[in-house]
Amino acid sequence: MHLKYESFVREPLVDGNKTFHDVSEDIVSPIERKPGRMWYVGFFFSVILLCYGIFSVSWSVYWGLGTWGVNRTVGWGWDITNFVWWIGIGHAGTLISAILLLFRQGWRTGVNRAAEAMTIFAVMCAGQFPIWHMGRVWDGFWVLPLPNSRGPLWPNFDSPLLWDVFAISTYFTVSLLFWYSGLIPDFSLIRDRAKTKFRKMAYGIASFGWTGTAKNWQRMEALALVLAGLSTPLVLSVHTIVSFDFATSVIPGWHTTIFPPYFVAGAVFSGFAMVNTLLVITRRILHLEEYITIGHLEAMNKIIVLTGSIVGVAYLTELFISWYSQSWGEMAAFQWRIMGPYWWSYWAMMTCNVVSPQLFWVKKLRRNIPFTFVMSIVVNIGMWFERFVIIVTSTYRDWVPASWSYYSPQWPEVGFYLGTFGLFFTCYFLFAKYCPVIAIAEIKFVLKTSGDNYKRDMEKIDAMEGEEFVHLVQTHHEEEGHEVLAH
Amino acid sequence: MAIKKFAVAAYDDENVLFPAVAKVRRSGYKIHDVYTPFAVHGLDEALGYKSTDLHIAGFIYGLCGTSTAVGFISWIYCSDWPINYGGKPHFALPAWIPITFELTVLFAAVGMTLTMCYLNQIMPGVKKHVFHPRQSDDMFVMAIELNNHTSEEAALAFLKTTGAKETSIQTAEAGWWYGRWDKKEPYEALNAGV
Repeated sequence: MHLKYESFVREPLVDGNKTFHDVSEDIVSPIERKPGRMWYVGFFFSVILLCYGIFSVSWSVYWGLGTWGVNRTVGWGWDITNFVWWIGIGHAGTLISAILLLFRQGWRTGVNRAAEAMTIFAVMCAGQFPIWHMGRVWDGFWVLPLPNSRGPLWPNFDSPLLWDVFAISTYFTVSLLFWYSGLIPDFSLIRDRAKTKFRKMAYGIASFGWTGTAKNWQRMEALALVLAGLSTPLVLSVHTIVSFDFATSVIPGWHTTIFPPYFVAGAVFSGFAMVNTLLVITRRILHLEEYITIGHLEAMNKIIVLTGSIVGVAYLTELFISWYSQSWGEMAAFQWRIMGPYWWSYWAMMTCNVVSPQLFWVKKLRRNIPFTFVMSIVVNIGMWFERFVIIVTSTYRDWVPASWSYYSPQWPEVGFYLGTFGLFFTCYFLFAKYCPVIAIAEIKFVLKTSGDNYKRDMEKIDAMEGEEFVHLVQTHHEEEGHEVLAH
Repeated sequence: MAIKKFAVAAYDDENVLFPAVAKVRRSGYKIHDVYTPFAVHGLDEALGYKSTDLHIAGFIYGLCGTSTAVGFISWIYCSDWPINYGGKPHFALPAWIPITFELTVLFAAVGMTLTMCYLNQIMPGVKKHVFHPRQSDDMFVMAIELNNHTSEEAALAFLKTTGAKETSIQTAEAGWWYGRWDKKEPYEALNAGV
């Protein structure tokens, strides 16, 4: 019934001679086993980091934001740098699961589940920063348009900061729905295989009682397609709105129309790098090399070199426009970025984001796993510096030279940032232990057209003469028709 | 809630399942449902199901989101508490586009997901009968509803001719109920020895 023909020239998406049952076995068995020592060590360190983050945040709330290094000119500092960094990372999951679904990219099936999980955890981390940056966090609900005794006084719907509240909460909700609706059938597989009472009960609840009837699948597929259609503009809108936080202001270096596409490209760039960082480790520890193949990593490296180049063009355009504008404020802002006291952050950004990803034009390097891993980290360092450059080096010298300053973070800000790593990896370790890290039902769906063993059958068909192939198809149809008519 | 008798056939290949579905439908047996481990495209048509209207529901939810956002913000800014921001108009529609868009997406996504759960009758705590322990793994399972006039032997023999790898007669709850998946249901004792 598979009418889709895929040439054998395309790499198989699933290596090895896999049956449907092998797929279930390979992906579910790590959940049923006790985790290895690496898992315990990693989980332990993540929880320690998380605890340190909670301590740093508690300290900041108790003593106030005066404990941070932010000052009169640099009001956002590390906090909003980290916010934009995490939210950018959170863009890859939805891009993979939604945009690549609409583009019918078969390779997304191997990586979408882990990437979506990563998105959700990254957005959770990102959300912490604006919340705790409020200082008086107990008044945080003021950002919501709730009836209140202050008039009622409503939030400012014309402000990009409020748009952010809506964009990020919507993005989190929709990503969560998309991710979880895909998990339901896979949870039902774990439930049906479960040998222990507790696992049967827990995954029975988690699977929502899914049994996989034809009508249920039909509705689930319709939902997935529409959610993909909705998430595609959503993912682009979120970082666009984040960039509006800067672009709608009148600060030189921020007030540019290039920001939305430039931020979105940067987000995809850092998000794919983070997916590579996680998957290189995950596939190794859970032995999923046959599902997350080198072909998958190469495909993501191609996206990294594309988006890295877009970001590079954006940096150069910014420089050109600041000169072309002949506005002394703009020119000074960019001159200080390159040669001012923060020159090292600008050049770290340029090296990590623009220069080093160009190495991915070489096929050998794209398919080299250690190199991919190192590059994925380099890219995210570069993207962190990009946000640092935008936020700090545009504000530390403002319109009044008397208030010019230099900003360095204090320990609670650093601790807060480390704490979000703790949150992120704690969640990711729990996910890798208790959820199927690969979308099992989707892999089974592509197995017949893109699996290694089915590909090899296809090679025979590819070698056939035209008439021979027509004959094969005709006899095949006759056989099927014969069987139906026999009754 | 109705406990019924089913003849169950399990296939190991969807290419066998499709002719089998056609054959069973033609022979007049009533297909209760077909269970597959993944979405098998074309199976809904083979079973004679209509396509789903879920996306239309999603569109309506989206419109609700759009009108909620525009209605609420314009009421606040034009009537409830008009504020003069630098002489800009109170009805500042371009500035409301981001929130309007987000609420449209939010309403459509949440509404559609809940509707899907309602129509598919899935929810935490819901339990349904599983005809074959491998129906979520690698088996394609068809359940045929039997009544007092159908011969069990004839049904099983017929299902074997369609290429089924395993066949059985099961007494099962046809709908859904609240229950724990680690607990056996009373009716399952009737299937002992099958």
